[in-house]
Amino acid sequence: MANDVWVYIEHKGGNISPMSFELLGIGKTLANDLGSNVCAFAIGENVGNIANEAFSYGATKMYAVEGEVFKSFRSEAYAKAATFLLDKYKPEVALFRATTQGTDVAAASAAQLGFGLCTDSIGLAIDGGQIKMTRAAFGGNFSVTVVNEKAKPQIATVRPKAFAMPEKDASKSGEVVKESFSVAEGDLNTKVLEFLQSEVTINLVEADIIVSGGRGLGNEDGFKIIKELADMLGGAVGASRAAVDSGWISQEQQVGQTGKTVKPKIYVACGISGAIQHLAGMRTADCIVAINKDPEAPIFKNATYGIVGDYKQVVPKLVETFKVKLNK
Amino acid sequence: MKIVACIKQVPDTEAEIKWDIPKGVLKRDSIDTITNPFDEFALEEALLTKENYDGDIVAITMGPEKADDVLRNALALTVNEVYRLTDDAFAGSDTFGTASVLAAAIKKIGDADVIFCGKQSTDGSTGVVGAEIASILGYSPLTYVSKIRQIDAANKKIVVERAVEGGTEVIEAKLPAIISVIKGINEPRLPNLMGIRKAAKVAIPVWNADDLGIDKGKVGTAGSSTKVVEITVPPPRGAGEILKGELDEVVNIVTDKLIDMKVIK
Repeated sequence: MANDVWVYIEHKGGNISPMSFELLGIGKTLANDLGSNVCAFAIGENVGNIANEAFSYGATKMYAVEGEVFKSFRSEAYAKAATFLLDKYKPEVALFRATTQGTDVAAASAAQLGFGLCTDSIGLAIDGGQIKMTRAAFGGNFSVTVVNEKAKPQIATVRPKAFAMPEKDASKSGEVVKESFSVAEGDLNTKVLEFLQSEVTINLVEADIIVSGGRGLGNEDGFKIIKELADMLGGAVGASRAAVDSGWISQEQQVGQTGKTVKPKIYVACGISGAIQHLAGMRTADCIVAINKDPEAPIFKNATYGIVGDYKQVVPKLVETFKVKLNK
Repeated sequence: MKIVACIKQVPDTEAEIKWDIPKGVLKRDSIDTITNPFDEFALEEALLTKENYDGDIVAITMGPEKADDVLRNALALTVNEVYRLTDDAFAGSDTFGTASVLAAAIKKIGDADVIFCGKQSTDGSTGVVGAEIASILGYSPLTYVSKIRQIDAANKKIVVERAVEGGTEVIEAKLPAIISVIKGINEPRLPNLMGIRKAAKVAIPVWNADDLGIDKGKVGTAGSSTKVVEITVPPPRGAGEILKGELDEVVNIVTDKLIDMKVIK
């Protein structure tokens, strides 16, 4: 239907995770309000396994483009296929996760269709039949609501974890609509030579729990203490800009305005003063625990729980106590 | 080799931001400004590319007259040429409008091999303009680049590393390519005094919509499909609870509260 809500399902060479389907939850809410359906769409060499998962997470239909040329992700090839589908079916809105892949495909498709897009949405609602998309600007100091009046379909990227995961029901099924569309290899400008797996096992943006360290750690070894707590909680290690710029930890782990924006359920900030640039990246965490020696540190004004103390004493104590209480 | 750097003037990340709420645009004239931090990495990578492979750098920015500041900074860093893209018709452009103007300027410069831009700006933070320019021009889209491995200008090829979720992707691409760079790709240098003095005297050339052959109805407020309808200040998080007492006791309370959230497995 012309006012359906489409959700782009990202994958890496056919590998999916439950998070690939997270937008089917908000997609369904929007579709209900529009009186339409939520549909998945995917591009890849073979997306058969994706369809069944998409249906179990609530999609009623899945549109697919398959072919060898789509074996590994390349934004130009995927965007051409996405543009073809979006232009042919003209849904009301197409949602993409604001990951590197989702953002690239969304941006290139919107440009091909000749429209702007709304990026990194943290709020999506239907108001008088119109979709309103809310995003943070200037490090979260402002909340900006955007409409995309002239565009059909409207395209939006959505911050990972901004909306709840949809319920899974494996008994659900749906219809797969396969479109034959291809791109000649010779018409593509890029080729993936190899993929180097990161040593960091838990992706910061997807983590439910993050333990971060800042300048207050004093040195590189401080991150060993931070990692012990992160490991105990099954969480990721984050860092402030000061810690990254001091060379204590890789840039990949930076949270904040020039790093990553995260929305974990628990964020433990150790030795982080709480500059606005850092807050920009983590202020939407459900629960913030701040550990800092300085009782005046601005981080305490944003923390759910504050502990004034030296992280070298507090963090090992937390590890020890969790170990007992969690029977680990 | 012809190298282009797309740079943007943004409010100082420490500055107090003011909005023209009825228009839904930023009051840019009353704010202290800086070169977008991500664009400093783009400029530095352009300079390194010039040093390693030879060539000329052209820096462009779209913005009001005040944006000359970032172009003078680029000139002080020994960028060869700069152009400011300014027209009343550009005001209020969304990402597609902005990308269209920058794409037109890149075409007018002509024969560009590599075009650098920052991953995103720190003000709008949309992070899509680079990918949109590539899509409009049909150039290789190389986003989130963390390293340039090799440029082969004669054969119009480049190999880069891209920082994506879970690791690093190594990509070979045809030139011309749009390269959006992330923090950490290099250490941006500072201009020297002589460079700053020299740059201060240069008259900055300006290209308007007519110079760029842009249909004014397709950019700016008139041409943008996205429209800001509301700007609000989100409620402060509010200070929580500072737990006081002996460490054992405090840790006991916090661990209980966190375990109660049922997030820890």
